Amino acid sequence: MADVEAPQIDTSVKKKFMFINRKAPYGTIYALEALEVVLISAAFEQDVSLAFLDDGVYQLLKGQNTTGIGMKNFSPTYRALGDYAVKKVYVEKESLEERGLKAEDLMEINFEDEDDDFKEKPLIDIVGRSELTEIMAQQDVLLNF
Amino acid sequence: MPTLHTVNKSPFERSALISALNHLRPGDALLMLEDGVVGARQGSAFASLFASAAKGCSVYVLGPDLAARGMGEKDLIQGAELVDYGGFVDLVTSHDRTQAWL
Repeated sequence: MADVEAPQIDTSVKKKFMFINRKAPYGTIYALEALEVVLISAAFEQDVSLAFLDDGVYQLLKGQNTTGIGMKNFSPTYRALGDYAVKKVYVEKESLEERGLKAEDLMEINFEDEDDDFKEKPLIDIVGRSELTEIMAQQDVLLNF
Repeated sequence: MPTLHTVNKSPFERSALISALNHLRPGDALLMLEDGVVGARQGSAFASLFASAAKGCSVYVLGPDLAARGMGEKDLIQGAELVDYGGFVDLVTSHDRTQAWL
């Protein structure tokens, strides 16, 4: 029997991954699948950020209650993103405004800044459309959900 | 650092084309394929958006998908360029990243 060699994974290669979320949760599986992939890629020590725009901003709304639809409410998982060393969560300002939403309608997501005595800091950064466009252009890989 | 943006859904059904147009940078390319090709039809409700939003950008349409839907180059907005599958691959390799708007 031939020996099968384990694949060599070069862990020194670190790329900038951005996961772009544009769909509301629960109507399709996109939001949940994106969250799963985000957590996996962060575990591989990649430089991960997320963007929420268009209906994707609904994924971060406070007070989601799915008991009546028989589906798991996965929104608390977003609060764990900081523990997975996710660098930044960008939310597009115009997408919020178009939907009548405000920053205070979104759940709080914090991370502990190890460069600043592990102070809790907000992970969400609300940015305008043009700024978000520039941030996207700095990524190595863009994955849309 | 140009980006290739792809749109594969009709703008009459989804907001992908609008979102892509809203996030273009000068020098980027936009490729319309599958049902996305209908967004590049001249005289459509979306045709006028390209002039301002895609300024400084190249617009491509995947020829086989256009032909399959009964259209050809003459039906496209001005400046849109037809590519075949090989051209699609060339676009991917000549840009720094691809953003597939779903």
